[in-house]
Amino acid sequence: MKKLLLTTALCAGVATGAAAQEDPIRVGILHSLSGTMAISETTLRDVMLMLIEQQNEEGGVLGRPLEAVVVDPASDWPRFAELARELIEGDGVAAVFGCWTSVSRKSVLPVFEELNSILFYPVQYEGQESQRNVFYTGAAPNQQAIPAVDYLLENGVERFYLAGTDYVYPRTTNQILEAYLMAQGVAAEDIIINYTPFGHSDWQTIVSEIRDFGSTGRPAAVVSTINGDANVPFYNELAAQGISAEDIPVIAFSVGEEELAGIDTGPLVGHLAAWNYFMSVDTDENLDFIDAWHAYIGDDSRVTNDPMEAHYIGFNMWVDAVEAAGTTDADAVIDAMVGVAVPNLTGGISSMGANHHITKPVLIGEIQDDGQFDVVWETSGLVLGDEWSDFVEDSAPLISDWRAPLSCGNFNTETGTCGGSEAAE
Amino acid sequence: MLLRPFLRLVALCLAMLTPLAASAQTLEELVTQLPAGSYDDRAAVVAEIAATGDPRALAVLEALLEGELEQRNSDGRIVIVGGTRRAPTGTDALTGEDLGELGRRATERIRVNNSLRRTIRTAMGVMTLRDPDPARRLAAAEAALRSPAVEQLDALDAAMQAEELDYIREAQTLAHAATILASDADTDTKLDAVAVISGASALTVQSTLNAYRAAEDPALAAAVADAIEAAERRQALWGQAQNLWFGLSLGSVLLLAAIGLAITFGVMGVINLAHGELVMLGAYTTFLVQETIRTHAPEYFGWSLAIAVPLAFLFVGAVGVAIERGIVRHLYGRPLETLLATWGVSLILQQAVRSVFGPTNREVGTPDWMSGAFQLGEMTVTWPRVAIVIFSLTVFFGLLLTMRYSAMGLQMRAVTQNRAMAANLGIRTGRVDALTFGLGAGIAGLAGVALSQIDNVSPNLGQSYIIDSFLVVVFGGVGNLWGTLAAAMSLGVANKFLEPWAGAVLGKILILIFIILFIQKRPRGLFPQRGRAAEG
Repeated sequence: MKKLLLTTALCAGVATGAAAQEDPIRVGILHSLSGTMAISETTLRDVMLMLIEQQNEEGGVLGRPLEAVVVDPASDWPRFAELARELIEGDGVAAVFGCWTSVSRKSVLPVFEELNSILFYPVQYEGQESQRNVFYTGAAPNQQAIPAVDYLLENGVERFYLAGTDYVYPRTTNQILEAYLMAQGVAAEDIIINYTPFGHSDWQTIVSEIRDFGSTGRPAAVVSTINGDANVPFYNELAAQGISAEDIPVIAFSVGEEELAGIDTGPLVGHLAAWNYFMSVDTDENLDFIDAWHAYIGDDSRVTNDPMEAHYIGFNMWVDAVEAAGTTDADAVIDAMVGVAVPNLTGGISSMGANHHITKPVLIGEIQDDGQFDVVWETSGLVLGDEWSDFVEDSAPLISDWRAPLSCGNFNTETGTCGGSEAAE
Repeated sequence: MLLRPFLRLVALCLAMLTPLAASAQTLEELVTQLPAGSYDDRAAVVAEIAATGDPRALAVLEALLEGELEQRNSDGRIVIVGGTRRAPTGTDALTGEDLGELGRRATERIRVNNSLRRTIRTAMGVMTLRDPDPARRLAAAEAALRSPAVEQLDALDAAMQAEELDYIREAQTLAHAATILASDADTDTKLDAVAVISGASALTVQSTLNAYRAAEDPALAAAVADAIEAAERRQALWGQAQNLWFGLSLGSVLLLAAIGLAITFGVMGVINLAHGELVMLGAYTTFLVQETIRTHAPEYFGWSLAIAVPLAFLFVGAVGVAIERGIVRHLYGRPLETLLATWGVSLILQQAVRSVFGPTNREVGTPDWMSGAFQLGEMTVTWPRVAIVIFSLTVFFGLLLTMRYSAMGLQMRAVTQNRAMAANLGIRTGRVDALTFGLGAGIAGLAGVALSQIDNVSPNLGQSYIIDSFLVVVFGGVGNLWGTLAAAMSLGVANKFLEPWAGAVLGKILILIFIILFIQKRPRGLFPQRGRAAEG
């Protein structure tokens, strides 16, 4: 295999005098720059390069400059694992920021465990996992999916159409949501779950099914875990068949500013998305971040989105933890990470929990005709990510706490043993 | 529970329409209260604004609904914002005074959400039941049907008396009947209302009557149950027609994607794995054409697709000729190498587009004349799909005629049937090869123009169609254009009849299994080529 390694020494020109003397600290960036996932992941590579450049302008970390090592796993899951190994063993990176899909994360997990390194994972995911070497800066289901259906229930919605792409994230999320909705008193016949293949492009049948589902005189909504490219034809078909958000709102967990960039959002005004960050949030931190992003990328029309904020939070947490530990040694940094608190972009302070998930606000936004979201609801405080869902039978008794002396990712509170549920793994 | 206060507000605003309830506050006072408070507060203000009966209220509510109502930061004045995003202009919401250009951050939008939008629409509906504009009257009647409140009965009665247009009166009659059901009228009147509603579309019947299924009056409950059952039967019947239409429209998409391949693979025998990327180039051509039109001559946007069609054909055709001359012609007779080389070309094209246009989706707009839907019986037919069906059939028959009747078509057939003989007769086979490949590529470009209307315009566009295209061509019979048509349509229809029953994932798998078995039985597809040419 040809080596796709591309090393970027960003520090060379900008580092301050003192920093330039020292050996750089290497940071791995493991995001697909080609293949199907490039659409989402390329932006994350760019934002990481920007954050590293900013950090170097401020004098680096521990007085040493940072150096980004960018690799391209090309949307190929086994390749993620190979390149993760290369980054850790070959390039000796101190931490890796990367992955998007759950399957890519699952493929690199054993590598990070074996070589004892650190991964920051910035995307909302299905939960049911907590690994010592991974810090989950995206949302767990209780930070996105559950507040979203709470919002719908509050608005009087009685029937739920759960539409998702057929893979692990939608399947697990819908399993959790179904259990949660039933617990809230929604009847089984008022919940429909439907899966479609990746890249599904012909939505005529499903959209007409949704229209029928929503025409029983009782308020209905669609909860969408439809992934990636399939969203554009889905929303186009909704608009074409004249389903408005006032009749049947669609609340999506995978549609952000970036995904809306390719759609005429005029007919979609009022459809919803649940995230922990929206570009439209009006805080000084966010405006600064957007300005810096536009200056870095050289294009005023580029949007920012939730996973970018997750990397922003994760990177700053890592910098703080390294400074606190005084070393880049993985064990010391992992211990120092828990409890680190940094400002997020929505005006709060996010902190790292003992379960390696972070606290975040939950925001519900309505799509506007300029492709942005208008926040219509938010949680009153920050919510800590819950790794093991309380609404899945297998995982309900499990907790995760990586602090000594427990140091366990799946402690079963009923049996009092670690590694309690292999089934939920 | 936001629904309940919402319903109460509707009732409130309707009640206030009657002259008895004199409004305490003037429109001027109410409008200034709009920006403050929560969405619920705003909904209450909206109801009061509607209740003032002030003729200026309608414009204010309409602007609020469209998100064009903003508050000026400098003096708190409420303005209706127009103009472009970069240079917004404002007019005073109440006096209509022109305030000129506002500056980009000089105003704060008054926010609306879904439930507030519903409140506004209902409030506006009551105000516009007798509006001079028929479109508004229709919208008003539909809003009344959606949220039938007893208080609107008299207003609806009056509107029905005055209405001159039949289709609007029909909508009003429905709303009237739905309102009667919600009122405390006697059973006979309600039964009449059920009869009126049962004549409406099945979805309307269900959404209006479902709530009365458990009515206390047994006669009423029975009538409602009958009406719903009849509607469901009607819907099931039309459901088949709808599946057929969905299938045909999916079939035309498959046909469009496959028809270029039917030339390059079917007629020439070149396994062209870059076919999907040629489709993608066609879609990006459409994007470029639209961008150019948007920046230079936005008034011609309606023509953008018509302009993109020939350009995409020529541009992608030229790319096809370049691929043939540059790579494919050196590999004739070596299918494995052709396969690998064209796969390489597909990766190069994908990454090139990704580098030039970025990895994210590009927005390709739908011209106004092509958007929207119409109702046919119990099914909804959308215009973009109609346009694609017509377009793909036009391309198909155009290609068929070209192959059969044009000199070039004759030469193409001659070369593919017997290359040596054709060369002996003075046909420049190399040139014909290049043109044939170019023709196939150009048609892929045309497909790209059409697909840009329904799918993502992203570097990955082609990948999702390449497998389907090969399936269609192989299933239909390699080298037979009619076979491609039949295969595309039958796969489309089969897919759409399977989908409601088996789900999209399983449906796709079943189709694949069927095709594998079919090819085992008949390796040459539905309509195999016959004669000596087929053996060679």
